[in-house]
Parts: sequence; C-alpha cells; structure tokens
Amino acid sequence: MRRYLIALVLGAALLSPATRADEFTTTDVDRWQGEFDSVAKKGRELWTSGAVGTNGVACAQCHPNAANTHPETYPKFQKQLGKVAQLFEMVNWCIKNPLQGTALPADDPKMTAFIAYIHKERKGVAIDAGRH
Amino acid sequence: MTRLITRRSVIAAGAAAGTLTTLPISMVRLAFGGTREDFSFTYISDAHIQQIKGASFVRNWDMGLKRAVAEANLITPEADFVMFGGDLAQLGKKEELDHGGEMLSHLKSKFHCVMGEHDYYFDLGDYWSKLYGPQWYSFDHKGVHFVVLNSILTTDEWTFHRWPTAEQRMLEMAGLDNPNGSPFMVGDKQRAWLKDDLDKVSKDTPLIVFSHSPLQKIYKGWNFWTDDAEQVQALLQPFKNVSVIYGHVHQIQYNQIGNISFNAVMATAWPWPYPDTYSQAGAHVPVLTVPMNRADPFFERDATGWQMIDVNSGRVTARYQLWDNQERVVGYDPKLGKPVDKKYQEAIIRKAPQQHY
Repeated sequence: MRRYLIALVLGAALLSPATRADEFTTTDVDRWQGEFDSVAKKGRELWTSGAVGTNGVACAQCHPNAANTHPETYPKFQKQLGKVAQLFEMVNWCIKNPLQGTALPADDPKMTAFIAYIHKERKGVAIDAGRH
Repeated sequence: MTRLITRRSVIAAGAAAGTLTTLPISMVRLAFGGTREDFSFTYISDAHIQQIKGASFVRNWDMGLKRAVAEANLITPEADFVMFGGDLAQLGKKEELDHGGEMLSHLKSKFHCVMGEHDYYFDLGDYWSKLYGPQWYSFDHKGVHFVVLNSILTTDEWTFHRWPTAEQRMLEMAGLDNPNGSPFMVGDKQRAWLKDDLDKVSKDTPLIVFSHSPLQKIYKGWNFWTDDAEQVQALLQPFKNVSVIYGHVHQIQYNQIGNISFNAVMATAWPWPYPDTYSQAGAHVPVLTVPMNRADPFFERDATGWQMIDVNSGRVTARYQLWDNQERVVGYDPKLGKPVDKKYQEAIIRKAPQQHY
C-alpha cells in the first residue's frame, strides 16, 4: 500500500501542472503571491526604518537582510524568557529592548509584515523548530 | 564574563596558555634587528553614536564607547596611541560627532582617527575634518610606517548627483544591506597620494595601513568590500611586512593575501552576522578566519568590544577584548606566513567556535 502511494505521488509529480485536478489557477496564485510580497515589502520597510521603536534604531542595524534571526528554529526554548517562545515574541523582545518601543499584538499587521519579511529572507532553509 | 582587563593580565594569561604556536615573542624581537622596539596601541571602532533628538542619544551605543574608553585608559603600561577605526556617528550629524568626540576626548593617549561612511555621507566629511584633520595621511612610529586611508569614498555620480538631500544620501549609505548604496573605493586621487607616500619608504620598513572598509573583497551586498582593493593591494605588496587593519564589519575577520595580513576589529556598538549566514546570498568569509561565537541578543554588549594591537617585528597581533565572551588573540605567525588565532587553529586541530547558520 505504502509503495503504491509513493509511486502515485511520484507519478503525479511527473505530470505537468495543467493535467492536475483542481489546481489553483495562475491568476489566483499570482494574486496570492502578490499579496504576500506586498506584506513582506512592508515588513522590509519597517525593518529598515526604526518606525516601531522610539529611539530611531532599526532592526536592520543588527540584522542586515534579517540574517541571524533564525525563523526556522521557532518555537524554541529561550532561557532568558524562561519558556518556549514564538518568533513574534522574540521580535517583540527586540522592539522593547534595543528599539526601546512597545510590543505589538501577535496579529498586528505590522507584526505579520515583520514575520513575512523574516521568512522571505530565509526562504528555502529547512524548518528545525527548537534548534539552538 | 565581564571583568576589567589590564594589559598585564592579558599578557600573563597568554603566557599561561602556553604552547600552541604562541608567537615566540623573544624570537620575534630578535627579528627587529635592534633598531626598532616592540610597542602596542589600542584600537576602538564603530561606535555609531546615534542621536534620538536634542540632547538624547541611543543609550546602548553610548555605553559601548564609554566602556571601551574607560578600559583603554586602564591599560598598564599605557599604549603608545589610540586608533579610532571610523563610524563614530550613525548619521554623520554634528551632534553625534560632538557627543562621541567628547567621549573620545577622555582617552589619555595620543589619538588618531579613521573616516567611516557614517561619518562622511551627510556633509562629505566636513565637520569630521574640523575635529580630526586630514582624511588620509601617514606617520612614523618606532620604525613602523603607518598609513591612514579614507576607503569609503564612492563614485562622483552617486555622491554628488543622485540624491536630492544630504540627509537622504546619508540614510541610503547607512543601510548596510541597502541596494541603493554604492561600493566603497579609495579612488584615483588617494591611490596616487599613497603611491607617492610609499615611494619614499624602504621596502624593509614594516607598514601598517588603517582603513574603515576591508581593503579586500568579502561580500559586496553588505559593502564588506572596497572596489579598488586590488589596486591598493598592488601598492602594498612590494613591502615585506604589511598589515591592514579595518573596522566596518563589526566582527573578527582575518586573512592573508600575498605579503598583506588583514585584521578586522570589533565594534563597540553592535555585532554583525557573518555574511555566509545570509542564506539567499551564498556569501563567504575568508577561509583563514575562525569566526567568533554567535552573539547572544540578551547580553547587550555581547560580541562587541575593543582591541589591543601589539606590534612585534613590524607584524600585528590583535588582542580582541570581548566583553561577554572569551578574548581572542590573532597574530601573525612568521613560520606559517599568515595570521592565526592563538587558540583556534588550523581546521584539524581547531577548537571550533559556536556554529553559525
């Protein structure tokens, strides 16, 4: 049964997208990608502007191209926070400390923009939650 | 690990650490031939003093520079002089240069300063020059020829014709990863001056060059880069002992290209990731470099610090004073003909630092 399933999946992968059932239309995919890209672009603007803090310090000052943020490792235990934390909680830690600002709600559009930008810059790196 | 360090304690620690191709100080001294003496100087860099508004400045960056100045003043015996490696200001403002300059004015030793892009691109170095004098010059000290370069210049088109305001020009260059920036260069005029200056110096004279950007090409996307690096290197290669010390990269880097040894210095403000951790870029760091540990964001001064530079036999040994991490000592090994870390060595015998990813 398992072998049959693998064969089926491999077979499906070899077929051109046009022959797949119920595939999303290019129009839809392009629109959704565009929506994501525009939010990530907003995130990049916030990342480089310092607008979420009070002292003018921008995220990009320590994290050019969002490097050294390791979004693929969240949630993970942060000993200084004393718990398993999500990425947005670390973003808020940075907003409160180096940027001397006020934490954003998890679903604040600005937070979504940050998370989108961070993930976009880390595209292709394997998920590895909990890693240190 | 936050303790005050004196020069004496560091040397004692180095001696106790023992073997591991410890640079044989006595042998190196012999190589001096008696006419020069070993000496050391202090290197502080990349303070990025940042005005919030009025008399209010970013506390975090202030603390880094204050701490480096305080510790540098505690070294005994006193270093011969202090270098500041550039980026005193964040956005080149008079207020930032004045505020940082006031802190630097507490240094006891004689003082030299290198121009950084954050000092330059607001008023093209005008106010900085009022405080610190010429942007490139040379001096001699105890038999070593020192050269200070302004390596963060770029094209006239970018500098003079692209941006509507000086503020915007400064902001565009201040963003390390900003694609609107422009590659740094020493430029024709300064290279002509450098050639003239070096023509008057014997090729046996040890030469130490200070620049803000690396006079080698590491990663263009973050301007860890000088566009005419090869042309500058060609002027330095004829010398038997050449060292380049640069700031800008906010991390430990070292390399050897021909006769030229390269040492980067730490920032007092904040650390930067190594370029090879940016997964979209495929960038690299010099293979000789054993990276420092990853910065822990919860410790404000982690992966920042300052340096004591020993000059033995005209070669540089950089003693990195890392405030929340183990000190690192990177010195030129005359047998290997390149800089090596005294603890973290060749890959097969290396104690690897924390993994970067």
